[in-house]
Amino acid sequence: MDLFEYQARDIFEKHGVPVLGGVVATTPEEAREGAEKLGGGTVVVKAQVKTGGRGKAGGVKLAHSPQEAAEKASEILGMDIKGHTVHRVMIAQGAKIAEEFYFSVLLDRSNRNYLAMCSVEGGMEIEQLAVERPEALARIAVDPAVGIDEAKAAEIVDAAGFAEDVKAKVAAVIQQLWTVFKAEDATLVEVNPLVRTEDGDIVALDGKVTLDENAGFRHADHAELEDSAAADPLEAKAKENDLNYVKLDGEVGIIGNGAGLVMSTLDVVAYAGEKHGGVKPANFLDIGGGANAQVMANGLDVILNDEQVKSVFVNVFGGITACDEVANGIVGALDILGDEASKPLVVRLDGNNVELGRQILNERNHPLVTLADTMDGGADLAAAKAAAA
Amino acid sequence: MSIYLNKDSKIIVQGITGGMGAKHTALMLDSGAQIVGGVNARKAGTTVTHKDQAGEDVTLPVYGTVKEAMAETGADVSVVFVPPAFTKDACIEAIDAGIGLLVVITEGVPVQDTAEVWSYLDGKQTRMIGPNCPGIITPGESLAGITPHTITGKGPIGLVSKSGTLTYQMMYELKAFGFSTAIGIGGDPIVGTTHIDALEAFENDPETKAIVMIGEIGGDAEERAAAYIKEHVTKPVVGYVAGFTAPEGKTMGHAGAIVSGSSGTAAAKKEALEAVGVKVGKTPSETAALMREILQSL
Repeated sequence: MDLFEYQARDIFEKHGVPVLGGVVATTPEEAREGAEKLGGGTVVVKAQVKTGGRGKAGGVKLAHSPQEAAEKASEILGMDIKGHTVHRVMIAQGAKIAEEFYFSVLLDRSNRNYLAMCSVEGGMEIEQLAVERPEALARIAVDPAVGIDEAKAAEIVDAAGFAEDVKAKVAAVIQQLWTVFKAEDATLVEVNPLVRTEDGDIVALDGKVTLDENAGFRHADHAELEDSAAADPLEAKAKENDLNYVKLDGEVGIIGNGAGLVMSTLDVVAYAGEKHGGVKPANFLDIGGGANAQVMANGLDVILNDEQVKSVFVNVFGGITACDEVANGIVGALDILGDEASKPLVVRLDGNNVELGRQILNERNHPLVTLADTMDGGADLAAAKAAAA
Repeated sequence: MSIYLNKDSKIIVQGITGGMGAKHTALMLDSGAQIVGGVNARKAGTTVTHKDQAGEDVTLPVYGTVKEAMAETGADVSVVFVPPAFTKDACIEAIDAGIGLLVVITEGVPVQDTAEVWSYLDGKQTRMIGPNCPGIITPGESLAGITPHTITGKGPIGLVSKSGTLTYQMMYELKAFGFSTAIGIGGDPIVGTTHIDALEAFENDPETKAIVMIGEIGGDAEERAAAYIKEHVTKPVVGYVAGFTAPEGKTMGHAGAIVSGSSGTAAAKKEALEAVGVKVGKTPSETAALMREILQSL
């Protein structure tokens, strides 16, 4: 889960990372109040969107009074930045910046450890720096069992080439940022820019944090960081029912078991769609191992509520799950949904107890359900039905 | 022959008394695997009873620690079914006890926990498979995990995959040929055994004649595997990659299945594999057809 800048700022503050005052606002009036709360002086009004390039898009503006903060907020709120609508701004205390640096620590999948990156040239897009001047970006591996201790922090600031008089201060902030990474179960903590103010303080001016959703069980407070307003309503509904669902832009609803098989099903449906008017998969939905009637009904309910969906392809390989259970699940789901189920369903079952599963569906002989023998055949049929609808 | 697991493997189950642990202990016994006991500190000294392949009752002792279980039973493999909150400690306990093969089925383990376990494994004798994986099966010999043992039997194909159900699908498509060993390495951002490890083991396994490698979006494991194949693998390899239609920035079921910016795409992985001569199927059935062609020409 990616956090907004203001949420990252709050988490930084919680763990002792030096930050400037910041208040989130959803209306110009709140922005004015926020600017007053910060002392009424110069503030920066910053669009809160989970994408880069805000500054260039006009989403970051200086304001010299609370009234001006309200005006700037009203300009920024509602803006579209790379497809993200701005619903909030952060009113941030102005800073007198002497120098801009860069620091991040992230999960390094390839090396199965963490990677700290640091540069004395902050402020710019780090991907650009990494390509244009790789020597200016220090990359230091971090052992997950040790983390960034005093010695590692010293190694990082040395490698980045900080001036002697700021080294110790920066190293201390880096250790605090490591605490954020570790204590919050983050997979990314990035500060760009990390600044030295004219007063000589090191301050995290803008932060990006990604949290590991698998670690949610030990962070009760992480759930409220989720931006439920921005979530697709179907995704929100699926989440309420503990379904692993991703909304896509297409006409063929997909239900399957196991993440890999479902991803594969989307691909196979997309290929089949090329022959049927370009129809595409409408979603990812993995109902997992135990595909009972209620789980199947919940899944179908989400998919059938997607107005774009014209047909549904249920693709299940019975590994541990028996196909007769899945077939009973489908029959039960159709009974639960009644008239709500209004779109053709193509069902492909294979594996454990497949004959029994097919027999259950054949005997029920539901007018909406068609059985397919293979995954490719089922995808083709579902795409054809979507194209014909 | 096979890789990592064979008929002599003696398996214990960490979390043998839980729902998943109990269900799959029964299924592993039914496959003919030698399950010799389990571990649960709170239920040490008790036993659990399941049926073996012949339908006879088998009573398995529950030990307080992995160390004790290994000493009493001679176990060299442990399968972990404990909940995510306790998985790191369960792994470290098994590694400290010196287990040879550690198969971590648990889904939803925080990635920092896995990173710490991986770091802890450095210099130890344990091979870890998973987490978030279906485990490993050597058909007709043994099963450490949740792969259905009824799909197919022994044969010349080695299979390594990030996905459980795609493994089952591929075993089903190629059931006429059979498998030497099929290993599900798991769908998390960090896993213990990689595609490369399995490719190396299959290359060295005389029984394996050809290899199926199944990947999916996220990370660069497939690209690295392609580079490895080019240098070190002489046996024919057929590939499949899932997730061509996955949108950027969305996690597709598996915690590790995410396209970030322009990296981790299915297209890049397919391209990397094809560049080193691996035939990559567009669909699971096309992949199986490619493998059939190869096996028939051997």
